[in-house]
Amino acid sequence: MKRDSDKLSPFTSRSWLKKAGLAAGVAALTLSASIAQAADTIKVGVLHSLSGTMAISETTLKDTVLMLIEDQNKKGGLLGKQLEPVVVDPASNWPLFAEKTKELLGKEKVDVIFGCWTSVSRKSALPVLEEMNGLLFYPVQYEGEESSKNVFYTGAAPNQQAIPAVDYLMEEVGVKRWVLAGTDYVYPRTTNKILESYLKGKGVAAEDIMISYTPFGHSDWQTIVSDVKKFGSAGKKTAVVSTINGDANVPFYKELANQGVSAEDIPVVAFSVGEEELSGFDTKPLVGHLAAWNYFMSADADVNDDFITQWHAFIKDEERVTNDPMEATYIGFKMWAKAVEKAGTTEVDKVRPAMYGITVDNLTGGTAKMLPNHHLTKPVLIGEIQEDGQFETVWQTESEVPGDAWTDFLPESAKLISDWQDPKIMCGNYNTETKTCSGQNY
Amino acid sequence: MNGSLRAFFVPFLALLIFSSSLSVNSFAQELGFSDHIAKLAKSKLSEKAVLISLIAETKDARVPDLFQHLLNGDLYYVKKTGQIVVIEKTESGYLAGDVLSQQSLGIVGKRSVKKIGVNNALRRQLRSYIATFNLSSDEANTRLEAAKALLKAPEASFLPILDAALVAEANADVRSAMVIARSAILLASDNAGQRLVAVNGLRGATDKKVMTLLEQLLLEDEEGNVAEPNVRVRQAAEEVLGSLHTQARIYKVMEDLFFGISLGSVLLLAAIGLAITFGVMGVINMAHGEMIMLGAYTTYVVQLLMPNNIGLSLVVAVPAAFLVSGLFGVIIERSVIRFLYGRPLETLLATFGISLMLQQLVRSVFTPLNRSVITPEWMSGSWEVNGMLSLTYNRLYIIFFALAVLFLLIQLLKRTFFGLQMRAVTQNRAMASSMGIRTGWVDAMTFGLGSGVAGIAGVALSQLTNVGPNMGQAYIIDSFMVVVFGGVGNLLGTFVGAMSLGIVNKFAEPMVGAVLAKILILVFVILFIQRRPRGLFALKGRFVED
Repeated sequence: MKRDSDKLSPFTSRSWLKKAGLAAGVAALTLSASIAQAADTIKVGVLHSLSGTMAISETTLKDTVLMLIEDQNKKGGLLGKQLEPVVVDPASNWPLFAEKTKELLGKEKVDVIFGCWTSVSRKSALPVLEEMNGLLFYPVQYEGEESSKNVFYTGAAPNQQAIPAVDYLMEEVGVKRWVLAGTDYVYPRTTNKILESYLKGKGVAAEDIMISYTPFGHSDWQTIVSDVKKFGSAGKKTAVVSTINGDANVPFYKELANQGVSAEDIPVVAFSVGEEELSGFDTKPLVGHLAAWNYFMSADADVNDDFITQWHAFIKDEERVTNDPMEATYIGFKMWAKAVEKAGTTEVDKVRPAMYGITVDNLTGGTAKMLPNHHLTKPVLIGEIQEDGQFETVWQTESEVPGDAWTDFLPESAKLISDWQDPKIMCGNYNTETKTCSGQNY
Repeated sequence: MNGSLRAFFVPFLALLIFSSSLSVNSFAQELGFSDHIAKLAKSKLSEKAVLISLIAETKDARVPDLFQHLLNGDLYYVKKTGQIVVIEKTESGYLAGDVLSQQSLGIVGKRSVKKIGVNNALRRQLRSYIATFNLSSDEANTRLEAAKALLKAPEASFLPILDAALVAEANADVRSAMVIARSAILLASDNAGQRLVAVNGLRGATDKKVMTLLEQLLLEDEEGNVAEPNVRVRQAAEEVLGSLHTQARIYKVMEDLFFGISLGSVLLLAAIGLAITFGVMGVINMAHGEMIMLGAYTTYVVQLLMPNNIGLSLVVAVPAAFLVSGLFGVIIERSVIRFLYGRPLETLLATFGISLMLQQLVRSVFTPLNRSVITPEWMSGSWEVNGMLSLTYNRLYIIFFALAVLFLLIQLLKRTFFGLQMRAVTQNRAMASSMGIRTGWVDAMTFGLGSGVAGIAGVALSQLTNVGPNMGQAYIIDSFMVVVFGGVGNLLGTFVGAMSLGIVNKFAEPMVGAVLAKILILVFVILFIQRRPRGLFALKGRFVED
């Protein structure tokens, strides 16, 4: 209930004044305290929603960061200092992400932040990060079209998830007709725009693409599933590419199962459905539907087995699953730790250049490398849902795919590149035609 | 022909047809079977497809079981030895049994074995093999399913088995399904005459699958060549398709109507509790959605308590959810709302606060993660009226359930003494009080009743959507919309309001999309309320003027 009292308190001006005075006093106190403390610990900010709609996904990542910090401390910390987590709760409230970032950087003086899930929360924190020169590791697959100096994107860019998934369906499954279904907000809209242009470039006719958007938390999928069935009975192999967000997936898949749309007839490939989401429902009728990720819990690698064992021990629950954003958090954390060791300091301006080229073993057996555009090289895996809620990898790229900040499949983005290492470029949106940066920070 | 004879005859024929190409003695066959199976462990998916057909050709008695295990995903191999085992997941761990010797290996470690994976293509292949085995089942239903499964993956190699089964088949439904499957296979024949017969064989088949197959004949490739070279076959296919399309359009309207009624019944369920707390009592109850949520969580807890009786658990959950949500309702009414009667703005704020508190309570107790409520067997799947129209069971049950709840509630209000008291209090509190009615008690019970009914709605909704801390918020706006549209204080109005909004929404959705359909409905309701502020069925009489 803290959230509401915070929200309502500005209405009464006297109490607000009192609070402001108090806050200033407290800030002065903590400032002196943090100077004293700074010598002993390195502060790591954790900016994930622990309440509100996104809590369902983000609490897991908060726990992952805490686990990694605990593990690092057991190994003696970093630069001889212990790591100290600073956890804040932006409560799925987008503007609050900016405020909490300010709090972490200004008041708590953290050296690095791990956080955000939705793109809108990242966009909200971005100006603060750039103004105060912070460092954010963002661990979720997203729509690309961004590369900030102060953010490292350890999740997949569209060319590391959506495009390979479509390639797989086109080449291995022989899909000729496409349903692009998504929730009505920025990530699905941008991804579908990229996919539509990509498919048309591959010779798919406009009448063979059906695009459908639904509101957040949509629960009545009868009509859409029935439309998909109808669309799929035109004689060509049909697949659904789903960018449906979080909660709405449960009723969507339930309706698919009940209306008898099996993966063998019309496979659905999803970009936002992972082990964590599947643990919320009965997967028996969904066997064979697909997901494209850079990590599956079922990955057959020793380092993955160790990670799962460590997670179960930390969270004290053998049933908990691991998922792709957790791996991205893991890679981001390990990379940051390596860069700090390499730079010999936690200062952002020294750590950032040390990040480029750093490699960390990813949990599926390969290596992730940080590129000068702040994205990673990642393997792309296509998995089919199994009865136990896990994925079985049915296809994967031969080697790691380098993340592309600006997609090559939209004309206005194709000419942009990002490079924060090359002294001649040094920006996140270098136009290769006009040879200039656009001037915006990211 | 009776069942046992058929059971013997068809596999025998199948055996004859297969073995005509192979002349191997049983020893070599056994060797082949175990060899192929051993290879399954580490081969790629494309190699597995070949292995599966090789295994099918051995016609070993263990093949059907093996395929079923592979399809179900309980076929594993031991990482160290490569031994193929069937895994049964028990509470104490993985119980392994050797496939070849069928001997139990006892409990094995989860990490020591690895599943033999299959993909969609292999699953389709396995399913059609299993279907050919099932064509000779004693159960007419199994044979019908088998014939339908063959329609999904028509392949020339199944023709002899299908023919043999057709000879033996006595059941008319199964026969016609088999004829359709047979025609579907023949569509790929090289002989134009056979294809024409096949197209005509598909006449009268009401099935989307058949439509797909016929459309495939008429597809044009990049150079404009039609897949079917023969003009007569093409004409016949177009003709059959034409009548199928007409049928499809008719069934589409029926389907939309069903969808609309189904959405209407969900709206009705969600709103009917509010029709009592808001409609009858006049309390703007923002925590209504959370009462639904509590009902859904009660369903989850009931299922946890009776894991072996999932089918029964829903029946138990209905009264349990009524009691839990009702109890919360009574507590809220007694502790907060009764001090705020006549002050709608404060009631609104207070109940909104309560709704946030309840959400956080659930988050603390059950974690913010969604909980999985299992759908019992009798509520999953759909009732296939025919190949074009199928009505999902969960929606069907919820329609009846919503109507039953509405009926009982009307009876309660109109026929019982409590209902009489309740109506008296809401119509004229002072008068009712002076007649000796304990108005405070009636208020508490009425609010409890509304909340309890919302809890019942939660049980039904747990079968459709997520059970999570936020689920209530998804229904609060819809609920208010329905109650206001239908006419405040009138249960029948709520019913008509819910159904008409549901049906309008579902007929608009295919035309304008889900997002716009929702917006249009909201705009429509706002305009309607401008014209008729009291909704569809406005109450008349003196007590309205407040």
